[in-house]
Amino acid sequence: MALSRLSSRSTTLLQPLATTSLLRRRHISTDTTPITVETSLPFTSHLISPPSRAVETSSQELLSFFRDMALMRRMEIAADSLYKAKLIRGFCHLYDGQEAVAIGMEAAITKRDAIITSYRDHCTFLGRGGGLFEAFSELMGRTTGCSKGKGGSMHFYKKDASFYGGHGIVGAQVPLGCGLAFAQKYSKEEAVTFTLYGDGAANQGQLFEALNIAALWDLPAVLVCENNHYGMGTAEWRSAKSPAYFKRGDYVPGLKVDGMDALAVKQACKFAKEHALKNGPIILEMDTYRYHGHSMSDPGSTYRTRDEISGVRQVRDPIDRVRKLIIAHDIATEKELKDMEKEVRKEVDAAVAQAKESPIPEPSELFSNIYVKGFGAEVNFISPLETTLSFGADRKELRATLP
Amino acid sequence: MASLLGRFCRKLVVPGSAHGSRMTSTTACGSETVKSLNLYSAINQALHIALETDPRSYVFGEDVGFGGVFRCTTGLAERFGKNRVFNTPLCEQGIVGFGIGLAAMGNRAVVEIQFADYIYPAFDQIVNEAAKFRYRSGNQFNCGGLTIRAPYGAVGHGGHYHSQSPEAFFCHVPGIKVVIPRSPREAKGLLLSSIRDPNPVVFFEPKWLYRQAVEEVPEHDYMIPLSQAEVIREGSDITLVGWGAQLTVMEQACLDAEKEGISCELIDLKTLLPWDKETVEASVKKTGRLLISHEAPITGGFGAEISATILERCFLKLEAPVSRVCGLDTPFPLVFEPFYMPTKNKASSSSSLSSPSKNTHFLIHGFSRLL
Repeated sequence: MALSRLSSRSTTLLQPLATTSLLRRRHISTDTTPITVETSLPFTSHLISPPSRAVETSSQELLSFFRDMALMRRMEIAADSLYKAKLIRGFCHLYDGQEAVAIGMEAAITKRDAIITSYRDHCTFLGRGGGLFEAFSELMGRTTGCSKGKGGSMHFYKKDASFYGGHGIVGAQVPLGCGLAFAQKYSKEEAVTFTLYGDGAANQGQLFEALNIAALWDLPAVLVCENNHYGMGTAEWRSAKSPAYFKRGDYVPGLKVDGMDALAVKQACKFAKEHALKNGPIILEMDTYRYHGHSMSDPGSTYRTRDEISGVRQVRDPIDRVRKLIIAHDIATEKELKDMEKEVRKEVDAAVAQAKESPIPEPSELFSNIYVKGFGAEVNFISPLETTLSFGADRKELRATLP
Repeated sequence: MASLLGRFCRKLVVPGSAHGSRMTSTTACGSETVKSLNLYSAINQALHIALETDPRSYVFGEDVGFGGVFRCTTGLAERFGKNRVFNTPLCEQGIVGFGIGLAAMGNRAVVEIQFADYIYPAFDQIVNEAAKFRYRSGNQFNCGGLTIRAPYGAVGHGGHYHSQSPEAFFCHVPGIKVVIPRSPREAKGLLLSSIRDPNPVVFFEPKWLYRQAVEEVPEHDYMIPLSQAEVIREGSDITLVGWGAQLTVMEQACLDAEKEGISCELIDLKTLLPWDKETVEASVKKTGRLLISHEAPITGGFGAEISATILERCFLKLEAPVSRVCGLDTPFPLVFEPFYMPTKNKASSSSSLSSPSKNTHFLIHGFSRLL
């Protein structure tokens, strides 16, 4: 009964349904019947013909989009509370509002394609397969974190998923990303590198240096500008003569994408990957928005109005868009989606609780991994006479053994 | 007159004020009105005065228009207009290069780099363009009107890229000056001197003190001379040299030492390049011992330069090796910040204060082992 309703609503492509066991409850999450959805906006392009607006997806994919984005959203909100409770220290840059970019990108690529991004990396890490527990541990500086607690919010990495982090200095990751692409081309891996940066970083000189090199050597680099319209407190029209970031590559083709539409992002990334493997670099500009301020120290309302923020939330929220799609295609009911969100919330809370119990790194970790062991580089302490002593803040003498 | 008094006024130790403020203050010179200000307000006042007194001065940098991330530039855009106080895009190299050009045309460019950790893209411009302009043009051109301001130093939770102290890199460049104030009153005077100095100046502001340090700051226009160190606490047993926020820590160490009967002389270097060798030399010749402390990592830090110079000048007067209590040779850590920082306990138990024969492993006792 339910399946017939589905087949009557799906559009032109009537493929034989996958054989799923019919239980009392619909098992739509495993249904990979292709559904075609149109993106919200057409793609605008520079020096290239844009991909089609019709995106192929499936119920399974849409549900996974919903769940993963809800997870990311929940994680960022939990990070917000943890920061205010002073369990997360340092600087914390939240990604809520921009989840569609991370999710859509993952749907289009494999784990052999590399991603490198700036400091707003929590959700990108999750998208690459990172766990909530590792993420929260790293945020709170515990040893169980993905960077062993030594990196913090801005430095998440995942080597086995080709996630190269997590960089604090604005724009510094772009030449690095082009270098990764070069290595991939050299070893004929048929993989590309997605280098993400923001609209603020788009004005850095090193970006143009990297673009020139990538274009000169036809590197499989996809440069993705996550344009959330504010470089911390400065709006894009005040910092850029040309806010059409996808055109900034000049001789490098570009595509402007609605970054709040996960399916558009997926289509664009798929298109970009094919292009980069054949023809060299391409720029994707993701038109997105962040609800929080630049970081937890920024209220986010001194340079933009609350009406603007709530307006975007009402009209363009990426999770709501997918929710509406799911309901329109009768893939799940609103109640089922709400239950999913509740599940997600429990999952996040459990991970937070577990992370809170994790230990902080040993003091000797302060000196580990500065250089490679055994090549004659010893860390100089207070004076050459005292080689292994260091003091804690509470006057307790601590012996830190050199690795 | 102000500079003369500044040089010869003996500093008083004023016991405890609120907000962890500096514990010294000068005797009031004349009847000047003072106001209790924190560091960012003092800097703000200095910038207001600088822009008021010279119509060809400009303040620019990332996000300075709405007041800046540390509120140092509040009210400037409103008062002096968007043509003189403006935001730049996110490009440190471009910002400093642009400032050099503006200064080369005879203007005063006060450039803000948002955090000293981000100054490295501009390093080439500072070292190769700003520092050498006058020299290589045979004095035809110069960029003396350039002042680069950047918040530096640990803030408790800054991590790798919001806590660095890069002063040592810049002290290695003849042609620029490096200035670091320790308190609100000093900051205002030193910043005005830096802006008006006919050489390019890199001015590092201790960000930890932006709100923490509160002091009586005179409201009028005054300058504190550059390249003059100040003895902020007199003593006879050991000389301690430092700058910026680290002086607060060292002062605590001095107080602890007093209890053990060690009399410490504390010197604020203020200008690191060119630095006041005479004052430090005179002090070490008196006390015979020197301890230098800074937040930056110990190897290659500016303490090494002070140590080498003092050794050259005072070798026969030294009773113990020059000691440096500095940050460790690691990237500035995240959770390990308390271990990395040169705290007062590390200063108190520095080995230069122990007699060579004693076992240096039981170091809680500190200064008393001097004698």
